Amino acid sequence: MDRRTVFNGRLLPVMLLLPQLLLTFFFFYWPAGEAVWSSLITQDAFGQGWVFVGVDNFVDLFTDPLYLDSIVRTVLFCVAVSVLSMGIALGLAVFADRSISGRGVYRTLLIWPYAIAPAMSAVLFLFVLNPRVGLLGRWLNHHGVAWDYTLNGAQAMLMVVSASAWKQVSYNFIFFLAGLQSIPRAVTEAARMDGAKGWHRFLTITFPLLAPTTFFLVVVNVVYAAFDTFGAIYALTQGGPGKDTETLVIKVFRDGVINQDIGSSSAQSVVLMAGVIAITAVQFRFMGRRTVS
Amino acid sequence: MATLELQGLRKSFGATQVLRQIDLSLVDGEMLVIVGASGCGKSTLLRLVAGLETPTEGRITIGGRDVTALDPSERDIAMVFQNYALYPHMSVFDNMAYGLRIRGLSRGEITRKVEEAAALLGLESLLTRKPRQLSGGQRQRVAMGRAIVRDPKLFLFDEPLSNLDAKLRVQMRAEIRRLQRRLGVTSLYVTHDQVEAMTLGDRLLILHEGTPAQLATPMEVFERPADTYVASFVGSPTMNFLAGRLVHDGTAVQLEAGPLIPLQGHRVGDTVTLGIRPEHLTLGGGDLTLAVDLIEPLGSETLVHGRVVGRDDDAITVKVPGVVGLVETVSVGVQADHAHVFDGVTGKRIDPVK
Repeated sequence: MDRRTVFNGRLLPVMLLLPQLLLTFFFFYWPAGEAVWSSLITQDAFGQGWVFVGVDNFVDLFTDPLYLDSIVRTVLFCVAVSVLSMGIALGLAVFADRSISGRGVYRTLLIWPYAIAPAMSAVLFLFVLNPRVGLLGRWLNHHGVAWDYTLNGAQAMLMVVSASAWKQVSYNFIFFLAGLQSIPRAVTEAARMDGAKGWHRFLTITFPLLAPTTFFLVVVNVVYAAFDTFGAIYALTQGGPGKDTETLVIKVFRDGVINQDIGSSSAQSVVLMAGVIAITAVQFRFMGRRTVS
Repeated sequence: MATLELQGLRKSFGATQVLRQIDLSLVDGEMLVIVGASGCGKSTLLRLVAGLETPTEGRITIGGRDVTALDPSERDIAMVFQNYALYPHMSVFDNMAYGLRIRGLSRGEITRKVEEAAALLGLESLLTRKPRQLSGGQRQRVAMGRAIVRDPKLFLFDEPLSNLDAKLRVQMRAEIRRLQRRLGVTSLYVTHDQVEAMTLGDRLLILHEGTPAQLATPMEVFERPADTYVASFVGSPTMNFLAGRLVHDGTAVQLEAGPLIPLQGHRVGDTVTLGIRPEHLTLGGGDLTLAVDLIEPLGSETLVHGRVVGRDDDAITVKVPGVVGLVETVSVGVQADHAHVFDGVTGKRIDPVK
């Protein structure tokens, strides 16, 4: 059914689109344009003057071993968060898909974490894992495990990965559950009749049929882990100890807002923006149509 | 290939009783068709045998082995689903090979068996295609292939033809029958289509609200229906029913519509329902006068629908050879030797006393 409404004249369509266009302009194109511009100049510390430097900021960036470290760290972080949150969510969704008693309550509880602000989820993790006040943190130290994520980089990474993954489990869960429920029951029943049992049936029938959902979630999770985890990481570790949990977004913030190196920070933002554009392009290219339909 | 035995099978979902008491026994190689209106429990019965549902009570035995507690994967049964349920991400070959791979057959043996089954069903040229690239009839064949390739003890068919168009349905129906005969695999076939039931089954089980109404050969079901439900279900157009009362020591029926119909033999009862198939009424007999509603020419035959004059509740269909011109009323005769007599209260068949 064709539900398009056809407007005659120019004024009404423009008026209807204007609010969205203005929002997009003021909150996206303008700041993005500013970022691109400041990535091409260098300013003195007091903002009194500037010099156009072309791609020098980018050259500096990609020859800086600290920046390259941060890229590697971010990739590892993204992989860890995505695998952890998707793995847990898939497991939970498989259980929720079965007819268990109290299924409604179980599903509702699983969706709650998604409604919590990133900084709040970080505070929840502090209550559990802080070495001095956290329940589990104190218990660990009491039992001879030297747990202190403010000193130990690996522990800090573990902590930010867990906090970030925990928040994303809800989102993944909803999509996996919907994906599982869209698999026709008769297909899994046919596999049972064919003699396929639990795990084998999951690997050969259920998981391949979930592929479109999984691919969609990989993209969403990578984007989430790369960009939306700022709040959680900053509230937990501020990127420390040292630079052990400093992902690219944290580095942008530290270099730009704290260290006032606007040129480099802007160049990093532009690189990140290119990253988002690339990922989104991949998503649209391979599955835009399929997930919509 | 095996026998199948169901003993005292019951199934309830919560408080709803779906199957009340099923006792059934199939000999090796037999094809039993379970037929009934939707909601009669026929699909549930099939799913119980498959193991996809657990019976509330009763025992299922296949080839002498009690399988009641076994998972479907351990029962060695193949099932053809209504919507085919092919694995959408696998090729036709892989769809058919899936069960064989699980059984750990060698690669060569799998290829040989799949190709054999494919040749039997005319699927040789489609083996590399995915299910979505196939037509409905081809998918149906693949579903059949997936079932026969495993050489199971039992075939289950869950309305396998209901998604096909009329012409293909007739063709596949014959094909299923031929295959089943040739392979000699004991089969349960569920359908709501009485023509499918009549043509496919060695025996029919007619289910009515979770209870077996009749279990017999197709011809027996047609010629001696056990009650009014079975009688109205089997045969097309459906049997005519007229209310009456046994008179003259049970040798005749006094119809409420007027005429006295003499019967062969002598029956015991009081109020009865007289059942008479449309083809056993003749035009011009003088027993009943019909006000004609509709005349449907079918080519070689004509259906005349009408109501007994003065009795709007007594709708009657007459099937006569040849062509009938437009008329307003016709008089109809009852071939009394083809009449069926059912109890007016319980609907059960009343046979003559010997």
